[in-house]
This record gives sequence, structure tokens and C-alpha cells, in this order.
Amino acid sequence: MIKTKSIFAAILMALTLAVTPVMAAGTVEIAKQSWSFGGLFGKYDVNQLQRGFQVFREVCAGCHGARLLAFRNLSEEGGPGFSEEQVKALAAEYDIADAAVEGGTRKGVAADRWPTPLSSADAIATFGIVPPDMSVLAKARGTTQPFPWWILNYFTAYQEGGPDYIHALLVGYEEEVPEEVHNADGTPFTLPEGKYFNHYFPGNAIGMAPPLSDGLVTYAEAESGAVPLTVDQYARDVSAFLMWAADPHLGARKEAGFRVLLFLILFAGLMYLVKRRLWAGVEH
Amino acid sequence: MASHESSYTPKNGVEKWFDDRLPIIRFSKEHLMDFPTPKNLNYWWTFGGILAFMLVVQIITGVVLAMHYTPNVAMAFDSVEHIRRDVNGGRIIQGVHAVGASMFFAAVYIHIFRGLYFGSYKAPREILWILGVLIFVLMMATAFMGYVLPWGQMSFWAATVITNIFAAIPVVGDPILQLLRGGFAVDNATLNRFFSLHYLLPFVIAAVVALHIWALHIPGNNNPLGVDVKDGRDTVPFHPYYTMKDLFAIVVFLIPFAWFVFFAPDILGHPDNYIMANSQVTPPHIVPEWYFLPFYAILRAIDFNILFIDSKLGGVIFFAGSILILFVLPWLDTSKVRSGNFRPMFRWFYWLFVINFIALAYLGAAPAEGIYVLLSKICTAYYFAHFIIILPLLSRIETPKPLPASISEAVLAKAHS
Repeated sequence: MIKTKSIFAAILMALTLAVTPVMAAGTVEIAKQSWSFGGLFGKYDVNQLQRGFQVFREVCAGCHGARLLAFRNLSEEGGPGFSEEQVKALAAEYDIADAAVEGGTRKGVAADRWPTPLSSADAIATFGIVPPDMSVLAKARGTTQPFPWWILNYFTAYQEGGPDYIHALLVGYEEEVPEEVHNADGTPFTLPEGKYFNHYFPGNAIGMAPPLSDGLVTYAEAESGAVPLTVDQYARDVSAFLMWAADPHLGARKEAGFRVLLFLILFAGLMYLVKRRLWAGVEH
Repeated sequence: MASHESSYTPKNGVEKWFDDRLPIIRFSKEHLMDFPTPKNLNYWWTFGGILAFMLVVQIITGVVLAMHYTPNVAMAFDSVEHIRRDVNGGRIIQGVHAVGASMFFAAVYIHIFRGLYFGSYKAPREILWILGVLIFVLMMATAFMGYVLPWGQMSFWAATVITNIFAAIPVVGDPILQLLRGGFAVDNATLNRFFSLHYLLPFVIAAVVALHIWALHIPGNNNPLGVDVKDGRDTVPFHPYYTMKDLFAIVVFLIPFAWFVFFAPDILGHPDNYIMANSQVTPPHIVPEWYFLPFYAILRAIDFNILFIDSKLGGVIFFAGSILILFVLPWLDTSKVRSGNFRPMFRWFYWLFVINFIALAYLGAAPAEGIYVLLSKICTAYYFAHFIIILPLLSRIETPKPLPASISEAVLAKAHS
């Protein structure tokens, strides 16, 4: 009797936890992708991070900043695995604003943060808005699943909504507005001047022109033909890179977590035995 | 129960000398070790210990975070990221603190609902209950201000929406609003005072927790049967029986806690809070943290004027009332029987209340449109009806099941059946 009630109550409590992420339905549901860093044993794929960095550097970084990302992060463990020399050489290619030196700029060093390409004023003059900083972009975006599927997210530790969204966004452009897209009141959807159609961007009209096209970035390892030079591949790689930029210690954290959980389960088992032994002589 | 003989005898001259001047060892032995505790407490009773543990966790991690955090609108967001990225162990400490807030509330809700089911608010434990509600209110204030500190979009807009509530109060509303914000809008002054208060309030909570435990140690624990302790056969000393049982429960509680900290530290938050606060851009959905959702639903449910009270003030009255009503609960439920196990009708209404509360949480996260608006009103009405109509009525019409003569008798009957 008490038992069933306890279980019932526990389920109710779990449900309370589960009601959190109810949000208004998006236009199109974003499919979960398979990521090397998903799941309990997930870690970043070094090659993918290097490719993603290349896309970021050659395409995104023209307009977007990443002010929390330091050059030195690129050689840190769990990241894209560049050597310290490579990072030094890379940093030296960039001019860093520094009021303390003559002329106001100097060559970058490994400790510098990734420079923002456009000042806010320039960005507003060019685009009308400041392109979002990409440092934690992968954590600042997410996906929603319909009820009851999002309840599962708590049990699978699904944290890849950001890269799923970014990937979907990058492959979600259409040159023409598809006929089946309508406004909420049923009238045909019309694109405002200077906007682009995207299936996954809230409101479908995005200011950013399609940034990727097949063959746009040439990967060093592409010669073998193992990695296709397609928009989908670029989108996947840069999404993985942005997840790393937002959460650079993910691999180490999950590894530690696995050990912590093992310890706690073992400790709980021992404590249970202590408790049972202690109470064995007491009718309760 | 409280008037038990002290078993402490100083072992030597120094201890005797100390005991005559400050009997803190005697006090600790009486209250932390020998304290007679009903032997039939179930695992729902372990959440008191879990909550004490969580308060300590939040204070320790919070003190460390404050060493690295910068309460300034230009730097707060980046300083939290700095903690996650560059401070040694920072990502774990920050994760524990942020997830810890959620775990703290999960535990406090279980603790409160345990009290509601087993009638722990009834005489002679009214003050114990009132202090508990006070702790809950302080926790909500602390958590809310803590959520503002990372200075993301949700931080900023939650601060704006919630401080705005106070503007609905007639006459004094606007001065209070400006006092809370330190200006006309949420800005640097707001962030600074919230940081200061967020550091202060946990220690106020700790003080009220001390009173809460004091008030517990006068009548002693309630128990699942709800009958008073008759003699020593009904109890066991707190140590080692309950220290070890609580420790076991704490370790089990740490498993989901660690799960979230290490594998899904952001799943209980909102992605928008990784966008730095921007007063020019309103997020499409301003959603509070999950533990505020039931009360947020009540706040939003009042979207109509009641006589001369406009909808905004009405919402605030119901929002405040939904928590304040807990303070008078001991006098609304006048049934002499404490435990829900012996109240056949109360049990049904208790579980209805629980389901209604969860429905309110769901509605608090849902957009305020369509069917959700009506459902919010129904659930809000039921929330209050439970306290104002159902509980007083049940006390009069319900025939409780016969109570056992004592804890030990019930325990023995169970063991031999």
C-alpha cells in the first residue's frame, strides 16, 4: 500500500520536473543529429573540430565575433588539438586592438581572445544589426520536442539542441519561398525586402544570406574523398566546432561524471548496507 | 519528548569546566545525537536532512563563485563564462550551484508535500510549519535574485517582469519598484543590490533553519501514523539511526544531482540565458525557472478586473495569496487526525491537489493563449478551493479510520501480520 503510493508520488515528482520546457511550437521540428559529443561517453572529434574551425575562420568569422574564445583554447586538451606553435602562428596573423601600444593595434598572441571583425557601429551600418557573437551561440540556441518526447531528454541527457539547431539553420535555406508556407492567418508567406527564407529560423525570414555553398571551403583532408565538400558537411562540422567553443571542457566533464556516478552508486550501496545492519534490531 | 534527561557527563576536569560555562557539547549531544526520534519515519522524512545538506552546498559553492564573479552589467555575463572556462574546477562549482538551486527546490517541494500529507502543520507544530513556509519564501527570493546574476536575457527579463509585479500595489507600488531596481529600469544598480542580497539571504535562511529545527525539537518529529510518541519504545536516538539513514538518502539524492551537473548542466535552464542581457530585445517567451511555474501560472491566470481591482493587482493578490495561505493552513484544516493514511476522503483530495499543482506548473510554462488561459483559471480556483473550502469542510464531514494506540503497537502489528 505504502509502496505503490511512494512510487506514484515519485512519478508525480518526476513529472513536475518534466513540465519545464513547454514552449510554443516552432514552425518545423528540428531533427536530432548524431554527434560524437552526445551521450554519456561523448567527446569531440578532433578532426571534425579542425574542419569546423576552418569553416568558422574562413566563413563565419568574417562577420561574427567570438570574444570569449582565446587562441590558446585551440591547443588545449579536448579541443581541436592544434600545437602551441600553430596557435602562436595563427594568432600572429591577427591584429589585436590594444590601447597600450603605439598605433592602437599589435600582433596577436596565444593569450588573446578572438577578435571581433566589425565594430558595433560598422556592423549596424552594414547589416542593420550586430551579428551575434559566436562564443556561446551553441548553448544559446535549442530545439523543442513535442510532448511527451522531451521528457526523455532528462534521461538521455540531451544537450545537443544548439548544434542541432545551427546545423538545421545552415541547411534550411530556400531560394524561393516554398508554396506550402503560409502565415498564421492562411495568407501566402511573403519575404520582407533583404531577407532570406529559412525553414528553421523563427519567423522564417533571416537577415543572414546563405553563408555556405558546396565546395566553398577546401578541407586539407578532402583529397582522399573521405569528407564530402557539401553544405551539410560544413554545417555539421561548424556546429560541432561551435559546441566546443561554447563548452570546451565537455569531454573532461563527462569523463569525470562517469567516475563520480560510479563512486556515488557504490557509496550508496555501502550506506544502504550500513543502514540495514543498524536497523536490523529495531522493529520499524 | 523534549524533556528527556541529558546523558552527557563530562569526562574530565576541562570538559566539566567548559560545560559549566558554555554547555555546547551537552547541547550537541542532546540534540544531534540522543534526540529521541520516532522509529517509524519513512524515506519522505529524509528530505529535511537533504535540505540542510543542500543549503550548505549552495553556500559553499556560492562563496567560491563570489570570489570570481563581477557584479557589473558590462562584465557579469563574461565573468560567469570566465568561471566556466578558466577558473580551476569552476565549471563544476558553477554547475553544482546552478543545478543545486533546482535540486534544492525539488527537495523542498517533496518536504512540503510530505508535511501536507502527514499533517505535520497541525498542533503542536504550527510554528514549525510557519517557519518552514518562511524559509520557502526566502528561498524563492534568493533563487530569483541568483538567477539574475549571470545577466543573460532571461535573467534580465525575469528581473524586469518580477520587479514589475510590485508596481501593481496601490500608492506605494512605484516607490517600492524604484527601490528594488535602484532606478527606473533594471540596470547596474539592480544587479548590484541583487548580488548583495543574494549573498545575504542564505545566511538569513540558515538562521531561520536553526529556528525551524529548534521548533522541531520542542514537540519532536511527526511520523507517518501521526500519533504522538507515548514512551521510549516508540523512539530511537537520532544518532546513529537517523544520521546513517539520512546520509544514505543524501548519497542517493546526489546521484540525479551529479547526473545533471556532469551530463546535462544546462537542461534545467533556458538557452536564452546564454545571450547577454539586452534591454532592446524581448525574448519571445519569458519563462521563469521550473520551480516558480505553479505560482507564475496563478499570477498570469488573473487577466480580468475584479470590481475596482484591475487585473494586474488581482494577479499579484492571488500570487501572494497562494503562498500566504500556507501560513494559516494549520487553522484551515481542523481535523484532529494528522496522517492522511487515516483520512479516507482527505487522501483523494490530497492527490487531486498534487495533480492540480503539477498542472499549474505545466500551465506556467505554456503560452498564455487558447485553452491554457481557461485551464489556468480553473486550476488557480481549485488551488484556493482546496485550502478555503475543501480542507475546512473535510474536517467536519470526514470519519477518520481508527488510530493505533501507539507507534510501537502499530509497528509490531505490521511486523507480525
